[in-house]
Amino acid sequence: MARTKKLVQWEPNDIKAELLKKYPPKVARKRAKQIMINEALENTTPEIVANVRTIPGIITMRGCTYAGCKGVIMGPTSDIVNLVHGPIGCSFYAWLTRRNQTSASGEKNENFITYAMSTDMQDQDIIFGGEKKLEAAIQEAYDLFHPKGIAVFATCPVGLIGDDIHAVAKKMKEKFGDCNVFAFSCEGYKGVSQSAGHHIANNQVFRHMVGTSTTEKTDKYKINLLGEYNIGGDGFEIDRILKKCGITNIATFSGNSTYDQFASANQADLSAVMCHRSINYVADMLEVKYGIPWIKINFIGASSTAKSLRKIAQYFGDKELIDRVEAVIAEEMPFVEAAQQDVLPRTKGKTAMIFVGGSRAHHYQDLFREMGMKTISAGYEFGHRDDYEGRQVIPTLKVDADSRNIEEIEVEPDEKLFRPRKTAEEMEALEKSGLHFKEYNGLNPDMDQDTIIIDDMNQYEADKLIQIMKPDLFCAGIKEKYSVQKLGIPQKQLHSYDSGGPYAGFKGAVNFYHEIDRLVNSKVWSYMKAPWQENPELSATYVWE
Amino acid sequence: MLLRHTPKEITERSALVINPAKTCQPIGAMYASLGINGCLPHSHGSQGCCAYHRSTLTRHYKEPIVAATSSFTEGASVFGGQANLLQAIENIFTVYEPEIIAVHTTCLSETIGDDLKQIAMKADKEGKIPAGKYVIGAPTPSYVGSHVTGFSNMVKAMAGLAESSGKKNGKVNIIPGWVEPSDMRELKRLAELIGVDYTLFPDTSGVLDGPLSGEYTMFPKGGTTVQALKESGDSIGTLALGEWCSADAARQLDAKCKVPCSVLDMPFGLKATDRFIDALRIVAGTTVPDEVTYERGQLVDLISDMHQYFYHKRVALVGDPDQLISMVEFLVSIDMCPVYVVTGTPGKKFEKRIKALTKDMPFEVKVKAKGDMFLLHQWIKNEPVDLLIGNTYCKYIARDEDLPLVRWGFPILDRQGHQYFPTVGYKGGLRLLEKILSALLDRKDRDEPERSFELVM
Repeated sequence: MARTKKLVQWEPNDIKAELLKKYPPKVARKRAKQIMINEALENTTPEIVANVRTIPGIITMRGCTYAGCKGVIMGPTSDIVNLVHGPIGCSFYAWLTRRNQTSASGEKNENFITYAMSTDMQDQDIIFGGEKKLEAAIQEAYDLFHPKGIAVFATCPVGLIGDDIHAVAKKMKEKFGDCNVFAFSCEGYKGVSQSAGHHIANNQVFRHMVGTSTTEKTDKYKINLLGEYNIGGDGFEIDRILKKCGITNIATFSGNSTYDQFASANQADLSAVMCHRSINYVADMLEVKYGIPWIKINFIGASSTAKSLRKIAQYFGDKELIDRVEAVIAEEMPFVEAAQQDVLPRTKGKTAMIFVGGSRAHHYQDLFREMGMKTISAGYEFGHRDDYEGRQVIPTLKVDADSRNIEEIEVEPDEKLFRPRKTAEEMEALEKSGLHFKEYNGLNPDMDQDTIIIDDMNQYEADKLIQIMKPDLFCAGIKEKYSVQKLGIPQKQLHSYDSGGPYAGFKGAVNFYHEIDRLVNSKVWSYMKAPWQENPELSATYVWE
Repeated sequence: MLLRHTPKEITERSALVINPAKTCQPIGAMYASLGINGCLPHSHGSQGCCAYHRSTLTRHYKEPIVAATSSFTEGASVFGGQANLLQAIENIFTVYEPEIIAVHTTCLSETIGDDLKQIAMKADKEGKIPAGKYVIGAPTPSYVGSHVTGFSNMVKAMAGLAESSGKKNGKVNIIPGWVEPSDMRELKRLAELIGVDYTLFPDTSGVLDGPLSGEYTMFPKGGTTVQALKESGDSIGTLALGEWCSADAARQLDAKCKVPCSVLDMPFGLKATDRFIDALRIVAGTTVPDEVTYERGQLVDLISDMHQYFYHKRVALVGDPDQLISMVEFLVSIDMCPVYVVTGTPGKKFEKRIKALTKDMPFEVKVKAKGDMFLLHQWIKNEPVDLLIGNTYCKYIARDEDLPLVRWGFPILDRQGHQYFPTVGYKGGLRLLEKILSALLDRKDRDEPERSFELVM
């Protein structure tokens, strides 16, 4: 596709019709509700259908519940042994493929991320049950590694044959005494996407680890960072900035995390929520059970990073911290602005599409904006309606058959550990001064009118959309990367970042500016056609001399 | 140390696999399906299986890997996946318009007991399969065998398309086994040089080694056509390369269509390639041209020129049975010593075969089927090796133990070349030796004391 040739401007509704045209009627009806022309005006955004079943046969970008639980949430924790109960594949595919980094280096630190462990179920285990094998495998893992914790993950057949993994885990935990063993019923068929897996994982982290530490954290300005997974070292950069500001990060859920961090999370005084989708319910539970308020923040984009730091400082309200944060921002920004000025002449006016995640399709628009790039179409792979439309729709969300089976934990204030961080008056004053708690307005309001928002984007629609709208950059995952690039359009993975990172925080923003500049302006996109393809006709006057 | 918790002391494990040397059946079936022209692989299970296989194959090839899924939900898991598959078949033929859908099962649909044949018949009866289009299916329960088994099962399903007209067509079926697109291209080149009229299946060349040209098509020109698969029943013979990957399909062709088969080792290295070329010549009744003999001579020449660097070097290998058998034979033939050989795929035959190939070696050989890379690492810790050969995951062992590594096998996620440059045949043998020599000599250059540092090697 010649990238210089921009076609006639399409009307958004015509584009939508074009995307649906080829589908069988039933499919078209369903997809029509998940494709929305954005009319973001004063909270009058039309409703989008999200978090619903993928249509069989339609080539989806989505993965499964197990992937969300083991791969995304528990994968980045270094000192817990992750043991997958099932046939070998699930453990194999989740082995080191997500680029979540850990600082657990050196002989003293435990790091099991480099190990893939599985019960490798065989046909006799499927027929006669796999509990005995699981028990033996837990014992063998314990004998070999003596870890603080062993997490057991169920794969599809485990649920079907009825292995009671929780009973086995409990039995082994009691037997060991010094090793917390707990299990996740994260069979791949549950829910409709990875999102169910995040929920199952976070519930168990909350239930089995949070609040169990006996060491008191005495530092100042203690926060939890929720929904940050340290892909490409994002968490390292955020931690660098927080530390520079004098803010203590008690626990990141779950990038570069350790057992002890989770166990101490109840001691933080504020939860800062990065990825709303994967973890907002944990923020709620931390508030109800331990009294920790939460705010939505975003460290993707330099201006968002600055804004998020100011929000945290505003919450604690100490002049010392507020001044420190301002000093850090003032110190970091010139470097960022210089990089911006460097790339802007080459990136300004370019267009991007983002179809990933439950938050990144939103957050990364900030970075593109800083480079003068416009996001012309976006959507989540596994987001829910509140991630598009804002949390005000939560009470109206219908609980369907697929979400009903994903556990919601009911929590109550902890008798010993509940401690309100602020009085009701203080909270109200903060709200009045513009610091909003438990607030997330979603992706839609931040996108321009007439942009196209598509939930659970698939191969066919992506291909069509690219051919029609010809963006300068397409962002999705590894499965989508090369079919897009074959069209001569650069693709950036925003799940695992391809290579490189961090892209969070100030240094991350600079990395991202350079990466996108490299990608969209690479000379390679001009090599698509050979000279004889561009000029197929032989020139009659061409003679050998 | 990245694998710092791996102890030197080896303890018996009965239930726990650590750092597997295999993965599950469906991914093999998906890879094989991509070697059919105009085929959309379909994973009958929950959508994570399909996502994982596509991701892994994409990382290995840096190419688009498209496949669909039945997207099971909890309901489908309870009531069976028939409705999902029927809907998928209809959607796929309407939206993507492939020539053929190759369905494989997963542990989920196998545990439920979904019957692919019956569902495909129902789809046909309901008019969901357009005229002239096909749906084939392979059972690939993840809890049996390995990715190799899944590959074999799908190749068998492809052979299931064969029809017998009663008249032989003079062609030879070549079943290449799980090798790279580059290898399949090389096998075709050799067959053409020898003047053999062949059908190679599966054939991922022209599918997974595509150019960047500004155009994208879901179904590239490559792949074995359905027509060729149907006609494979009229071939004069079948050469199946690899007992684990290819023999089942060949034997089925023999039983069903009376196409006689011989099962050979995969043509990696000198001797296995010799046997392949010789068998090809005999079955097709042609003579081997000088060009092929010349290539063979080049390989022998390189072995002779560099023998001093190969001689008695201890090698650890991990991979899949068919590939390892040929590679071990190759290493032995150049006087290297494959001392540790591990596959995750089950099979006592494998252990026997490796033992037989290495019986005259001056070192003790440890071999394990149904083994894992944790065990291989422990063996290395107890007695080191000079070289490690295996997939990308070996780099953690290689780094910890400071070993030279040759990446060979599946998956290779961090280096390029496997889709473009073959390792089968004599030319492939040259490439393998080049890789082995580079690894060994780069290491020697790094480690050699200044006084004995060599210019000429």
